[in-house]
Amino acid sequence: MAQKVICTFCGSVCDDVEFDVEEFKPKKFCKLGRSKFSKKERIKAPMIDGKEVSYEEAIQKAAEILVNAKKPLLYGWASTANEAIRLGVILTEKVRGVYDQCASVCHAPGTLAVIEEGIPGASLGAIKNRADLVIFWGSNPMEAHPRHPLRYSMSAKGLLIKGRNDRKVVVVDVRKTKTAKKADVFVQIKPGYDYPVISALRALIKGEDIDVDEVGGVSKEQLKELAEMMKNAKYGVIFYGLGVTQSRGRDRNIENAVKLIQLLNRYTRFVIWPMRGHYNVVGSGEVPAWEVGYQYAIDFSRGYPRFSPAEFSANEVLQREDCDAALVIAADPVAHFPKESVKHLKKIPVIQIDPFPNMTTLVANVVIPSAVYGLEAEGTAYRMDGIPLRVKKVIDTEYWSDEKILEELLKKVVELRGE
Amino acid sequence: MHHMLHIKNGIVIDPKNGIKAEKMDIFVKEGKIVEESEIDKSQCKVIDASNKLVVAGGVDMHAHIAGSKINTGRTMRPEEMRMVRQIANKFRATVGRVLLTSPAIGYEYAKMGYTTSFEAAQPPIGALHTHEELDAIPMVDKAALPVFGNWHFVLKYVAEKDIEKLKTFIAWAIERTKGFGVKVVNPGGVEAWMYGKNCRNLDDEVPNFGITPREIITSLIKATEELNLCHSVHLHCNNLGNPGNFETTIETMKLANGFSNDKRQVLHVTHVQFNAYAGSSWRDVGSGAAEIAKYVNSVDNITIDMGAAIFGHATAMTGDAPFQFTLHKLLNARWSNKDSEIEGGAGIVPLMYLPKNPVHALQWAIGLELGLLIDSDKVVLTTDFPNGGPFTEYPYVMAMLMSKKMREKELEKVSPFVQKAANLPSIETEKSLEEVIHMTRDLPARILGLENKGHLGVGADADIAIYNLNPNEIDASNDYELINKAFRNALYTIKGGTIIVKDGQLVEEVWGTTYWVDATKNVDMKAIEDDLNEYFDLYYSIEKENYGVEEAWIKNPTRLVMG
Repeated sequence: MAQKVICTFCGSVCDDVEFDVEEFKPKKFCKLGRSKFSKKERIKAPMIDGKEVSYEEAIQKAAEILVNAKKPLLYGWASTANEAIRLGVILTEKVRGVYDQCASVCHAPGTLAVIEEGIPGASLGAIKNRADLVIFWGSNPMEAHPRHPLRYSMSAKGLLIKGRNDRKVVVVDVRKTKTAKKADVFVQIKPGYDYPVISALRALIKGEDIDVDEVGGVSKEQLKELAEMMKNAKYGVIFYGLGVTQSRGRDRNIENAVKLIQLLNRYTRFVIWPMRGHYNVVGSGEVPAWEVGYQYAIDFSRGYPRFSPAEFSANEVLQREDCDAALVIAADPVAHFPKESVKHLKKIPVIQIDPFPNMTTLVANVVIPSAVYGLEAEGTAYRMDGIPLRVKKVIDTEYWSDEKILEELLKKVVELRGE
Repeated sequence: MHHMLHIKNGIVIDPKNGIKAEKMDIFVKEGKIVEESEIDKSQCKVIDASNKLVVAGGVDMHAHIAGSKINTGRTMRPEEMRMVRQIANKFRATVGRVLLTSPAIGYEYAKMGYTTSFEAAQPPIGALHTHEELDAIPMVDKAALPVFGNWHFVLKYVAEKDIEKLKTFIAWAIERTKGFGVKVVNPGGVEAWMYGKNCRNLDDEVPNFGITPREIITSLIKATEELNLCHSVHLHCNNLGNPGNFETTIETMKLANGFSNDKRQVLHVTHVQFNAYAGSSWRDVGSGAAEIAKYVNSVDNITIDMGAAIFGHATAMTGDAPFQFTLHKLLNARWSNKDSEIEGGAGIVPLMYLPKNPVHALQWAIGLELGLLIDSDKVVLTTDFPNGGPFTEYPYVMAMLMSKKMREKELEKVSPFVQKAANLPSIETEKSLEEVIHMTRDLPARILGLENKGHLGVGADADIAIYNLNPNEIDASNDYELINKAFRNALYTIKGGTIIVKDGQLVEEVWGTTYWVDATKNVDMKAIEDDLNEYFDLYYSIEKENYGVEEAWIKNPTRLVMG
């Protein structure tokens, strides 16, 4: 019989999905979530240099690598639970390494914009209840967060908004995405022109004229129309994605967008929120924030945390060859990082903790397989809007959870350091 | 770890038990204060406290120490995190200027001789996050107050005048959030903010509900009293931060008329400094503290805390989302906002109190005026951390309350506006050491309903602070610098019988308990089951079964059963 579970794939963290344990079958999931909650190839056992060993032996070896390193990099964290992340942060502080998480190659420009301007936002429930205007800017939920439109945004039903007909949906993107096809208005902008388009909207909303016919490929007429829509909405939202954070302007784009939202709140209610990717990438920033003050790119080599994205992001550290060991958890930098970064990863001892084999497994000296949160292990995750959810354990497993692995690893490190 | 302690020859001030600077010994066994006869003197550690002040550990009843608000504050303000307090050693590395990391919060309280701190505003749906952060704070006991005043269930039951359902809902919500009591922030006003409005007056209508803040507050007091919770309604008033708001505050306090409770107040009005402004604009703003003090002193069912403003950096973070937007516009500062499902909202804005700024100087004066003019049995010392400033400046506030001379010196440094707009320059009152001990220990403990906190009687928790002060020799009026210094670094802080600080330095890390209140015994959950199901189905974005915090997820919980 199917029981209720919480999906641990994307930042939507759908908590209404079901899983049939006997048949190992996911129900109500989108195709992304279904892939994770289906039988998949697993790392069979802990390994040192390709040879199968016990958990204890692998952890002993991992602890030795970390303790012997001058400055290890501990990277990943976006697809594990807060309990494991907390231990990881404490471990990084202990070994005076660098803590970095997936946001540094993804949504971190949004964090920089929070530093500049703050973030006027809302929980997804508030948005489904109230938003009569939903703008997806450089985000494409139909493909990246497939159930988001139904549960929270486009066609979600709530307090004031009873369905799709009660709200307008706008997509701003460089190409006509699947989401754009479902929108009421599609605004196609030239790649890299987010910043000027936002500036133009700010001017128009303030009642100023812009003395050009088009901005970033968008006609003045269409910009005016969009500005009016925004100003006349009762409660609007911009959901932005990597199309904004990882194109020209990066954090400045978000900063400008936040200023637009500040302005709009002088006329009506408007919020903005990032479409975060991995199911607990929010936790991988929130946990270090309360433990050590910062979300990512944190160096402990002086015995206290320092934050500097241009120095201590994983790619910066790797390309500078400024780490002599790495622990990679719940991520696959070998597949996703630039070649110059991977080059250094290949040179140094690498510890991997992950339920599934990936490209990083191929370069890892110590491989420690772990349980899948949401299926085989219980723990806390933060949905993209920061709402905490306790993901469930519905299957028994021989695999250790990330939390247990890190707990033992931390103990071993403390022991080796003679503390 | 010591299982038994003998604190010898200290000068004890323990207002709850009527002990006024008497030389006496205190005995500790298994985390509690015990009779001398319970102790095996050959086995116990002796602390020589000769000529030193011995008091209960401090109790902070209102601070923002855990959860999404302070954590967004940290993310938004890395400049706050640049200040390094401690390099990692046996203890955690700690950073933070006014905003602190979780380990730093516990350590700094401990160094100051504080052993309990309450998170004053827990967004209900974020309860698990709040508890994760509470669990990351070492040294102190803690709890969290979930926020009720704009929650649609509350608005619905108030509109339907259904106190039974309201009571049931409160019991349900406190259990689900593992919370401690009923916090109310700008009732109705945050719901109005969802439409870009606010409820500044008690009779402003809450959009779509046909009710007013007056009705929300009255109903919540009634429900809380009927449930007989250990803590009363804990209210952040409407109209916060606006000139002239002292009248709203007094009107609000009058809503407690007709309610009484043998053990405690029936309404605690929090961080009153922000709600004690006279005048009609920022040009003619003045202090309304005297009027508020007059009212509070005339009734016996209301307590307040100061919300003192400290010069320097601060971060405004409250569930009062419309106020935060106003502040953002006023200061042209960074602004974070979070509208939360159907529960209310919150906002965060950095700010700085400057002595030469007339309004800031006035705020500083008003906080102190409240502490001076209100009966010491009704006013608790707080800064509404980090809204009024750091809790680490409590010793400054204590010294200021005790010394007119110190106030005169400080007044020389601030805007002369204070001379005409505030009462502070003319206030002669000097609180006694016993009074400030009361305002920081047993009074907050009594207000919260924590019988084993804030005093040193037999059976109390062995949370003890020893300071380098001899109450029988100190002349606080003149030796204010000694007061200010002594309370910053305890000679000893003892938490649950363990010495955690010695000579102002951390010596051992302990993990306190998290209190939560279970009031479900006297209500029938069936009464609200259909409403819960309906609202979760329609208006929430998570399932009802996934809402809330289980006791097993908390590191060291203590359940307090009501009724």
